[in-house]
Amino acid sequence: MSIQVDNRQIEAHEGETILSALRRNGVEVPTLCHMDGMAPTGACRLCVVEVEGFGGLVPSCSYPVAEGMKIKSRSPRVLDARRTVVQLLLSNHPDDCLYCSRAAKCELQELASELGISERLYSGEKSTRTKDVSSPSLVRDPDKCILCGRCVRVCEEIQSVSAIDFMNRGSKSFVGTVFDCGLNVSSCINCGQCVVVCPTGALSERFEIDDVLAAIADPDKFVVVQHAPAISVTLAEEFDMKPGTDVNGKMVAALRRVGFDRVFDTSFSADLTIMEEGSELVQRLTSGGVLPMFTSCSPGWIKFVETFYPEFMPNLSTCKSPQQMMGALIKTFYAERQGISPENIVSVSIMPCTAKKFEARRGEMGRGQLQDLDYVLTTRELGALLRRCGVNIEKMESDTADTPLGERTTAGKIFGASGGVMEAAARTAHFLVTGRELDKLEIKPLRGLEGIKQASLDIDGTQVNIAVVSGLGNARALLEEVRSGRQDLHFVEVMTCPGGCIAGGGQPLNADLDAVRARMKALYKIDRDGPVKTSHSNVAVKKLYDEFLGKPLGHKSHELLHTSYEGREVIK
Amino acid sequence: MTTETVNVEEIIARHRGAGRDTLIPILQEVQEAEGYLSRTSVAKIGEVLGLPASKVYSVATFYNQFRFQPLGRFHIQICRGTACHVKGSAAVLETLCRELEIEPGETTRDRLFSLEVVVCIGVCGLAPVISVGGNVHARMTPGKVTQILDIYRGKAAEDA
Repeated sequence: MSIQVDNRQIEAHEGETILSALRRNGVEVPTLCHMDGMAPTGACRLCVVEVEGFGGLVPSCSYPVAEGMKIKSRSPRVLDARRTVVQLLLSNHPDDCLYCSRAAKCELQELASELGISERLYSGEKSTRTKDVSSPSLVRDPDKCILCGRCVRVCEEIQSVSAIDFMNRGSKSFVGTVFDCGLNVSSCINCGQCVVVCPTGALSERFEIDDVLAAIADPDKFVVVQHAPAISVTLAEEFDMKPGTDVNGKMVAALRRVGFDRVFDTSFSADLTIMEEGSELVQRLTSGGVLPMFTSCSPGWIKFVETFYPEFMPNLSTCKSPQQMMGALIKTFYAERQGISPENIVSVSIMPCTAKKFEARRGEMGRGQLQDLDYVLTTRELGALLRRCGVNIEKMESDTADTPLGERTTAGKIFGASGGVMEAAARTAHFLVTGRELDKLEIKPLRGLEGIKQASLDIDGTQVNIAVVSGLGNARALLEEVRSGRQDLHFVEVMTCPGGCIAGGGQPLNADLDAVRARMKALYKIDRDGPVKTSHSNVAVKKLYDEFLGKPLGHKSHELLHTSYEGREVIK
Repeated sequence: MTTETVNVEEIIARHRGAGRDTLIPILQEVQEAEGYLSRTSVAKIGEVLGLPASKVYSVATFYNQFRFQPLGRFHIQICRGTACHVKGSAAVLETLCRELEIEPGETTRDRLFSLEVVVCIGVCGLAPVISVGGNVHARMTPGKVTQILDIYRGKAAEDA
């Protein structure tokens, strides 16, 4: 159908909203509450347009197009209304943009600038709620909240966690937890998807940049860093490069430049995870263990099971996540080998994830008083750290990670996308059982951004039924199926964030679906072009077993690489 | 206390599997029985209705009628209806809050007083009015607040 916008004819599709038609045709319409792929709420009223024959302004995000519609998207009346909305939002906003972690990335700040707001027109009563710094992963500053509701919706509709909701009414409204308690004692699973959708500085990760810089500056400390599989294909966006640009070599060089003593690759311990988890799967399958087995790489998912579905804890693989396996190895194996006391090692990880900060602080993740991992930085924090240190990543000469904990295969690398763990595990499980490689290493049905993917794998005549789930709403649906009797599944990969780590809660902001797709493609390109594609062919991993660990699921593995889970009593 | 708890559990259990539209009636029933909505009750109500506790709390905090702290020994209701407002109930409320160091909906730390704002007790001729433990005090002024509170403090001391 055809509609008229600002005296220009454009094509619109039956059933779509005015907003979607306008945006497709290059008409930018601001919104603060709209989220692609989710039902509109019409809460912020910024997307209003004039429609001929309508008395009032129409919210374009929730109004469907109709044949012959005549729309004005930038009339003085429209621009005035939008400006008033932003001015009212600013009326009780703390004017501390200079000190805000979202400065220059804040949608509210950007809108104020776009709409030409140069002074405070209304001065409202300022909200003075306490900042919630109770969580090891996330910080909430309700004073900067504009009540757009994106965090509430992503928590409820995508993750099915509902740790937060709107509380109170009218001018006293705020977004909070049940009984307004700290996030640390709520049902929050620390995924950080709320941070990703937040338009302002009301939500952020708990920053650890200063701690890391202090450790680097301390001459007595040996500071080791590991970077997760998904970092090298997303960090580029922090420096305004095209989504999907792989900056692995430059990133390694930049990390050295900043002053890290060793740079390791979490993809190495991802390979190690596959050896352990693959063996665990084979053991469960052959000796009547609890099935389906669920992957345990994603700490948000782990806390989700512990909180909402403790009866499924025996189904979780006992393998620690790659981050924690690496952490355990650095302060035992590597420390021993280098003759450094573990007390003098500061172990840092770069993760696409905010829940990893929580994971690193779990009681199970250390020896005695020492935690295996000291600091966890998100991709965004790494961007900030490099900018603060004046390291221009684009100008770096490509470098390679340190041995042996920096040696990876492409199987470890694809952990960064939903389906990657399963694909890597399938490659190795097939080899472990049959002694032969899969005919085709690429397992296409496991790839892509769909929330639930299923396949059946033939291992020497045995059918292994597998599923790949991302987004905890999808995971909950699957758990409910299993709870009500579904029995065909053997192995399930679950990633907390929709699409996996490439779309994690610690990733660069303002990424649309195309950006996430580009990140995913970059990982699979690395897999396609890489020389070694299976975890069991990782020479450094083999050597680690020969010289230190013994064998998968062996005594040492159990001590260092496996863990246990605990049910959580919270109001949920 | 024990009988009350059982009572609340029974109320909640009776509604197992009901639709989310029964949320507000359940909240009212539970508050009626328990005097307030406890953490346990909020969690339980969510569980039986299949709603997250945050959603239950969200709905409950939207309405003034729900409170989340147990009632004090003397429950104070202050009328903020039109007649009382015109006769100066705002200042009375302000004084009450200052004297008791609580906001409406809260209970003093010694559990002696709890405060609730209501809209019209039906004795507009005596405005502004407050009711303390069921006794109506007429033609209130900020000055009379301490005096009246002291009467009840005295009663409590006598019993102790």
